[in-house]
Amino acid sequence: MTLNYRSLGWRLALICVVTVVFQVAAVSQVKILGVNADLVPLVAASVGLIVGSLPGAIFGFALGMLLDLALVETIGVASLILLAIGYAAGRLRELRDPQGAIVPLLVGAAATAAAQLGFSLLTFLLGQPVPLGWSLLWELLGTVALNAVIAIPVYLLVRRSLLAALPEDPRRRRRRAYTTGGLSPLSRS
Amino acid sequence: MYDRTIRRRRLTLAALLACSLLLLTVYFGESSGGALHNVQRGVFSVFAPIQEGASTVLKPARDLVGWVGDTIDAKGRLNELESSNQRLRARAIAGSEALRINSQLEGLLNLDNAGGLAAAKPVTARVIGQSPTVWYSTVTINQGSNSGIRTGNPVINGDGLIGQVSTVTGNAAIVTLISDGELAVPARISAGGAEGIVQAGAGGPDDLRLKFIARRFRVDPGAAVVTAGTLSNSPGLESLYPPGIPIGSVTRVVDPGTDAQKIYLRSYADLQRLEIIQVLTTAINGNRG
Repeated sequence: MTLNYRSLGWRLALICVVTVVFQVAAVSQVKILGVNADLVPLVAASVGLIVGSLPGAIFGFALGMLLDLALVETIGVASLILLAIGYAAGRLRELRDPQGAIVPLLVGAAATAAAQLGFSLLTFLLGQPVPLGWSLLWELLGTVALNAVIAIPVYLLVRRSLLAALPEDPRRRRRRAYTTGGLSPLSRS
Repeated sequence: MYDRTIRRRRLTLAALLACSLLLLTVYFGESSGGALHNVQRGVFSVFAPIQEGASTVLKPARDLVGWVGDTIDAKGRLNELESSNQRLRARAIAGSEALRINSQLEGLLNLDNAGGLAAAKPVTARVIGQSPTVWYSTVTINQGSNSGIRTGNPVINGDGLIGQVSTVTGNAAIVTLISDGELAVPARISAGGAEGIVQAGAGGPDDLRLKFIARRFRVDPGAAVVTAGTLSNSPGLESLYPPGIPIGSVTRVVDPGTDAQKIYLRSYADLQRLEIIQVLTTAINGNRG
């Protein structure tokens, strides 16, 4: 029933590295309708939704740090944004515990929009040139739409990767009782 | 216990936030040879081979997704090009149509200038209907009495005479073509001056006949036939047609030099393809030459 911190830490570290490598080496190089997907906010939000606010924030921070280091960009920008996303997704789980199948999609889209806006805002505040205009809007909306499409598969993949390190969910156990071929509690009585 | 958890969470969050801002500030403030930049370069040098390997391994997957994206893009491009093609085709057709109309108007203008017909107050009209019979003997035009057109006005196009107005309403008129058997046009051979009457033959729209040519005149195939205008000086006997309007050319002569000689003409105007015509609304000097 307790959280296996060591196993969870290793798994999160692996997810972090794989996400950055996959994003930089593959996803960023494939454009669909002029935009490309951004796995990073999706993974940060998914981890926050699955493991909670504090691990979500730490994971977001580490993911952002690795991303900034790998892309040789201003260190701290991605960390700041992704830690906020991981934390917010975790708090959503802790406070509301949303159960709908569409929740990862909505959270993923919101996380992507927040990341895009956050990056634009911080870039602007740091005095770097931001390509303001329709192209930026198109890029932003296109990425949000594309990420919304892949949000659920990404969430399921992250969840599957972390499942062994998580305490067993009582809801999941109840559901399994119905699907393992046994009689339902109603028929037993 | 609960308070401790909350406190720990807040502390960690604040520490992470502070760390991010500190890193950002230090990184932004230091030179490119600073500590954070060096760390970044070190991580990058470790990360680069991993990225390269991953890029090679993931190339097929990337190509596959790229192919899907390219196909979607290509479909969009195809639709765009198809609609552009349709627009250009419509413009090309409109351009070619305008060119054809322009050529006809140019012909009319040349005829007006050469024949001095500008003084006859020509009204330009468009053919909006044509008789469906095989003879094509009447056409409907889009100008009528409101434009000054009256029954009997001669009608020309860029090639020459085509007929006369037979019926007029306010905004349209019917033109009887010279290929109609009921129409008779005073005409003369342009070169020799022999005068006669042009009338449709029985053979069809191309079969015009020049009648009543005295036998003393020799007529050769290819000779041009034009309207004669008014020949009589007596008032009340004016011709409806001004002199000198081209009608057609002689195609053959049967029994030449006899009283029964038959002269066949081919109209200069293509009576089966009329689009822009002019109605001469005023007779100058009773159409005398």
